Amino acid sequence: MSTRRPSSLLRNPMAKLAAVPMVVTATVVFIGCSLWTVVYSFTDSKLLPRANFDGFAQYDRLWSSSRWIASVENLAIYGILTLLLSLTLGFVFAALLDQKIRGENVFRSIILYPYALSFIVTGLVWQWILNPDLGIQGMVRAAGWESFAFDPLHTPGLVMVALLMAGLWQGTGLVTVIMLAGLRGVDEDIWKASRVDGIPAWKTYLLIVVPILRPVFVTSVVLIGAGIVKLYDLVVALTGGGPGNASEVPAKYVYDYMFANQNLGQGFAASTMMLLAVLVIVIPWAVLEFGGKRRG
Amino acid sequence: MADVAFTPDQASGTPARTLAGPVGARPKSRITPRKVMIYGALGLVSLYWLLPLWVMVMTSLKGMPEIRMGNIFAPPVEVTFQPWVKAWAEACTGLNCDGLSRGFWNSVAIVVPSTVLSIAVASVNGYALVNWKFKGSEVFFTILIFGAFIPYQVMIYPIVVILREIGLMGSVWGLVLVHTVFGMPIITLLFRNYFASLPEELFKAARVDGAGFWGIFLRVLVPMSLPIFAVAMILQITGIWNDFLFGVIYTKPDTYPMTVQLNNIVNSTQGVKEYNVNMAATLITGLVPLSIYLISGKLFVRGIAAGAVKG
Amino acid sequence: MLDQSHPALDGQSVSIRDLQLDFGSVSVLRDLNLDIHKGEFLVLLGASGCGKSTLLNCIAGLLEPTGGQIFIEGKNVTWAEPSERGIGMVFQSYALYPQMTVEGNLSFGLKNARLPKDEIAKRVARAAEILHLGPLLKRKPAALSGGQRQRVAIGRALVRDVDVFLFDEPLSNLDAKLRAELRVELKRLHNSLDSTMIYVTHDQVEAMTLADRIAIMKGGVIQQLAAPLEIYNRPANLYVADFIGAPPMNLLRGDLRGSEFRGAVTVPMVGYDFAAPPKDGAAVFGIRPEHVLVGEAAATAPVRTEVTVEIVEPMGADTLLWTRIGEDDFRIRIDGQTPIRGGDRITIGLDPARASLFDAATELRL
Repeated sequence: MSTRRPSSLLRNPMAKLAAVPMVVTATVVFIGCSLWTVVYSFTDSKLLPRANFDGFAQYDRLWSSSRWIASVENLAIYGILTLLLSLTLGFVFAALLDQKIRGENVFRSIILYPYALSFIVTGLVWQWILNPDLGIQGMVRAAGWESFAFDPLHTPGLVMVALLMAGLWQGTGLVTVIMLAGLRGVDEDIWKASRVDGIPAWKTYLLIVVPILRPVFVTSVVLIGAGIVKLYDLVVALTGGGPGNASEVPAKYVYDYMFANQNLGQGFAASTMMLLAVLVIVIPWAVLEFGGKRRG
Repeated sequence: MADVAFTPDQASGTPARTLAGPVGARPKSRITPRKVMIYGALGLVSLYWLLPLWVMVMTSLKGMPEIRMGNIFAPPVEVTFQPWVKAWAEACTGLNCDGLSRGFWNSVAIVVPSTVLSIAVASVNGYALVNWKFKGSEVFFTILIFGAFIPYQVMIYPIVVILREIGLMGSVWGLVLVHTVFGMPIITLLFRNYFASLPEELFKAARVDGAGFWGIFLRVLVPMSLPIFAVAMILQITGIWNDFLFGVIYTKPDTYPMTVQLNNIVNSTQGVKEYNVNMAATLITGLVPLSIYLISGKLFVRGIAAGAVKG
Repeated sequence: MLDQSHPALDGQSVSIRDLQLDFGSVSVLRDLNLDIHKGEFLVLLGASGCGKSTLLNCIAGLLEPTGGQIFIEGKNVTWAEPSERGIGMVFQSYALYPQMTVEGNLSFGLKNARLPKDEIAKRVARAAEILHLGPLLKRKPAALSGGQRQRVAIGRALVRDVDVFLFDEPLSNLDAKLRAELRVELKRLHNSLDSTMIYVTHDQVEAMTLADRIAIMKGGVIQQLAAPLEIYNRPANLYVADFIGAPPMNLLRGDLRGSEFRGAVTVPMVGYDFAAPPKDGAAVFGIRPEHVLVGEAAATAPVRTEVTVEIVEPMGADTLLWTRIGEDDFRIRIDGQTPIRGGDRITIGLDPARASLFDAATELRL
């Protein structure tokens, strides 16, 4: 071994070599590609990217597009409702599973299995179930209630319900499992103390256990939130964005304009907006959760 | 039920001292309102959750005339496997009419190399991050993790450009590369957390024994980490098999993965909709990840729990 | 749950009768009978798994017995909910409600019971005063030290205005110094409140210092129930003899012939208080290290022998000498200032009146 210490750059060469994929991914793909898209969103690219800078023109067009506005609104509605319902249902299911019942594993497996399926599979099966003539509506009508109407896939006001039904069916299992793990981590003595104090079980869950599980709720919100922005496959399979623009979402706008409508500029602008939305939420959260720790 | 005479306090072995009143365990009826509520609620939830699976299976075993009669929940009067055969071997996507089987084998050709490559790269990454920290390693890792939050949409086009440049656009290997890149954050995190939980003395002892970077990894750490490799495999196989977005962008019709082909078959076919074939196709597509789920049980849960613990 | 008091239960705060607890085929508590007097501080002492915490949880109503009855303050509470038994409980992990302030923790149970506001305020103030919680009332458990948290836990039991307090190893999570401090506080608390306290621990020092009576448990059965000094001076069986006292009692194996112990040493048991007329048979002779006479006192002892000191362990206040009698280790505790060195041959004296004799087969005290 040489007596002179090699420069720090040459130390652990194998480790650095092994980490090259990570470094390349992080820089070239995550940072590089994102920046590239953002920069090119200021051009008037159509079929192929063109470095013809056009100022904020794409963004003007974007925000005057009724389809884009609808996409954003739909995503907001879907996002808020999914969050609220997933968290509530997930917690309730977890609390039920926590009751030392027989067959807990079976019930849990049933609630979780849709998570193993693709969004396409989920969308297609729910599309079939919601078929107006042969699915639920048809069946109820055939049973006697002639005036029963439940056709979300063709009712602009109701189509988000269809998306929610399918999305919750698929995603609640994940939240349930996470909540259950959290519940199991609650100190058993707290339950004993509340029994001695005479607190009924439902009150204990609501006023004592839920506050203890705050970190679990936060994790769930982050996970669910990350999934909401990416909503695409389910829409394509279940509704195709319709009827009209009633179930359009930003991710679909991006794809359609980028690859189908030969309007790269719009696609870039839309995806930049999506990036912005995520950053606006993730950065403050990250600073709150991790900023203190780094300083401390 | 008369009172027994009180005997002085001693250790056990004295005649019975029970007095009048409740003795022993409280009499419990097997059916209590609480139990009814809990099992009832879970029963209803299970029913609702299993319904789509039931419908998929039932529909895929019926003939079209029976389907047109309605009653989507009823089991088939006449069971037929024709829809399955048709879905697998004859369904049409665009100009090709050789069924889902094409998509199935494409998916296999995509998933296997992607899984192997992404796990190989990410496990080594995680290992390097924990045991061979160098300047800037943590910074790059943080960027990697943040990158997991970035919506794919903002990166997909430049990747098209890159893939075109290196001639992989439209080929299976291009998609494999994409899956490897995007699988890195979570899988690296998984391995990093696991290796960080191992005692440092293990690593130090191996170094004292003279092992180098690869030696320690291959001969010490990998044999100890088989469960984590299993979890990573489950995560990747399920995730990549179920992917749609990358599949639809980076492939051509003859390299479409199963999910993309499925969507085409069901949503883009002109003419009469064959619901039974559609459901058979949907079921076949979902069978692979579903089987993995059922077989892996606890490992699957561990995988998603691990994915849920960030930072 | 009957409301009338049985005359048999007068003066008993807690009465446990023929209690049985089985988990499947395993009996954790067997035919357990125990009467605890009003205002008594009773300690359930034993190693892990002896059933002491199980017994406490049964008394509390957190575990359901398979058989037997539990009476608290004259009432049959065998089927009653924990909150209806007139008990307060303090746990090893404090189990404070983490998101509530100290004040919130103290008042939560009372609010739930729909007590009037001024009654709640009165009780909280009283508990805060007794336990010095005044300045801490607005803080949350995370901002408290271990000792403070434990005091809040005690306060939560106090505000319930009950006659019986249950403690499940409350000091085990604290460091040695805090443990000693809180031990004294607990004793003071008991003196001022005069309530019945049932206390579970594996630490014999806590048991000896706090208890009015100790119940030593093993395998779900009470080995001996008596005052601390009685247990120390006259252990009822070999297990108790070995459990209490550090360093443990010296035990020599041999035979009892007439009223003489014959082993590596012969000890005529003069002045020993036999429980029943002595019968010949295999026996175990026990004497505590601190009761062995050395030096001048040894010269006038009823039984004398010589031993070689193998190891000297000076501990400051005392010195522990390790010697051998026959095949067994024989430990002697002497004053820390006495100059004895390893290798010295010394004369020791044994006083049968302070010794213990056990039947080798049954392990019971003779």
